[in-house]
Amino acid sequence: MNAKSPSSLSGAQVDREHAHHLLHQMLRIRRFEEKSAELYTLMKIRGFLHLCIGEEAVAVGVCEALEPEDGVVATYREHGNALARGISAGAIMAEMYGKQEGCSRGRGGSMHIFDDKTRFYGGNAIVGCGLPLAVGLALADKMQGRKRVTCCFFGDGAVAEGEFHESMNLAALWHLPVFFVCENNLYAMGTALERAQSVTDLVRKAASYNIASSAVDGMDVLTVEAAAKEAVNIVRREQEPYFLECRTYRFRAHSMFDPELYRSKAEVEKWKKRGPIVTLVKRLKKQGLLSDVELEQLEQQVAREIEEAVAFAENGTWEPVEDLTRFVYSERG
Amino acid sequence: MSKNEMIQITYREAVREAIREALRRDERVFLLGEDVGRYGGCFAVSKGLLEEFGPERIIDTPLSESGFTGAGIGAALGGMRPIVEIMTVNFSLLAADQIINNAATFLHMSGGCFNVPLVIRMSTGGGKQLAAQHSHSLEGWYAHIPGIKVLTPATLEDARGMLWSALEDPDPVLIFEHQSLLNMEGQLPANAGAVDIDRAQIRRPGSDLSVITYGASLFKALEAAEILAGEGIEVEVIDLRTLRPLDDATFLTSIASTHRALIVDEGWRSGGISAEICARIMEGAFYELDAPVERICGAEVPMPYAKHLEEAAMPQVEAIVTTAKRMVRSNG
Repeated sequence: MNAKSPSSLSGAQVDREHAHHLLHQMLRIRRFEEKSAELYTLMKIRGFLHLCIGEEAVAVGVCEALEPEDGVVATYREHGNALARGISAGAIMAEMYGKQEGCSRGRGGSMHIFDDKTRFYGGNAIVGCGLPLAVGLALADKMQGRKRVTCCFFGDGAVAEGEFHESMNLAALWHLPVFFVCENNLYAMGTALERAQSVTDLVRKAASYNIASSAVDGMDVLTVEAAAKEAVNIVRREQEPYFLECRTYRFRAHSMFDPELYRSKAEVEKWKKRGPIVTLVKRLKKQGLLSDVELEQLEQQVAREIEEAVAFAENGTWEPVEDLTRFVYSERG
Repeated sequence: MSKNEMIQITYREAVREAIREALRRDERVFLLGEDVGRYGGCFAVSKGLLEEFGPERIIDTPLSESGFTGAGIGAALGGMRPIVEIMTVNFSLLAADQIINNAATFLHMSGGCFNVPLVIRMSTGGGKQLAAQHSHSLEGWYAHIPGIKVLTPATLEDARGMLWSALEDPDPVLIFEHQSLLNMEGQLPANAGAVDIDRAQIRRPGSDLSVITYGASLFKALEAAEILAGEGIEVEVIDLRTLRPLDDATFLTSIASTHRALIVDEGWRSGGISAEICARIMEGAFYELDAPVERICGAEVPMPYAKHLEEAAMPQVEAIVTTAKRMVRSNG
């Protein structure tokens, strides 16, 4: 299958309310992460912090296509996926503070967001390590006759891992309902795709395993959403895997310890002009679907949510040190 | 079938019966691994199960240790009770990422959200002239890792009974089946079932020396104990059965009465489980000792192919006898 043209949907009329919802979701992620970066410099958040600023359309567009009973496996750059999936900003922020009110009780941090209610299976910080899990979750669904979809996010870096290839093969061989979503932001940390891959067309790699596959402009939330819905329908209906490459870009550094020696400022600025939020705002305004007042209201709503999330994290409590060795093995009874 | 009826059975058949029983009792159980189906298992453990249970429950996988082990973890998270078979412990290193980074960490890293009720079986150990990529004993190395349990069934009873207990455990359990034990034959009650997976067992009581061992070395220790008994030395032989969590209470209690301890471990000495056992004895029974703790371990070489070299690289009965005599005859 061919990549969908970035402009294929931009002319289409969109539902006002839905468009506001998508914009709201992306703004939540953007402002949440901006606040996280700020809190990192204040040393409220420690460890590694990987921001997905610039990639919000992928998380939002894909999660819009999922049903509540579906499962999600994500990477260490997963705040956006987690927020879009419905984990509360407070629970994620508290997690990054290391508080026991965090979604992983402060045992995971930024890279290990987990949530059983939304079937969010991490937050996996070993590149490629989540793909076999997604295969297994889908296998369990198939064996138990459930029509659920397992959505597996991973980056372009994972494509070089053996686990990517093993998982593609198993999912295709066993006809499993896995929705593979490659968040291709062109760099595996600092290594550009063309410096890491002999074949840079990732769709071809998935197709070589006989998996239906396509690529979309990952900077356009409407395009991502439409492609994801189509893909999820195929996965659910056909009980077969699907591979969607979302071509996107990370505006911020890889982590907070990255001087960005591997790419030019001009390149970053060029991509920022195509930013998922700025372009959607521009389009909606042009179509008369968004006013300045409405945008301001959305921003205020998001600001309140973030403020509350930070307060929730600040007011959170530290797990007693006596509980250190809990959750190594299950507590019975 | 009378309640006390005994049957003649091999270790291999005992494991197969355990898998068969699990597949019958719990529809969430399935077997996943390389050549477990049509081939019948590389060590013929699963022979006949494909015909009995079908390809949905006896699943042949491609040579993708990380992929299918991870799939087992995912299926466990999805409500199934998979038994993943990995041909040998050496091959399990291809799945080490999934075992150590996912299975062992998930419960903790998720703050209790997700446990992984998975069983992984694999063969271990030397003695079959399979050289340095099929013969190592890395179970002690896995026992280093919190979050998993490590079982080393040596007896027919444990080969038959540990699997069900492992499947009932909510967390990942690794079972190491020593390849030299597969053909071992003996009597087992026809109605043998689940056994505990928490406690070491005293396989032979004795008053002069505690020999602490597990797996195939158990039978070398028992043979040595028989020889030593002929010379008036009574050896207590302890089968650890489970390397993690390690039941140190059993061997510490034993040492409190024998005052001497010898550890026999096919794994390498440096940083191995024998070193851990020794350290626990120092911490928990130092003042009970009449002689230094000694260890008979695998020689620190990759396992050689040639028979005489392989034998020299593994703990043997003669070395146990010689060491035990020296330890007991020293006055402490």
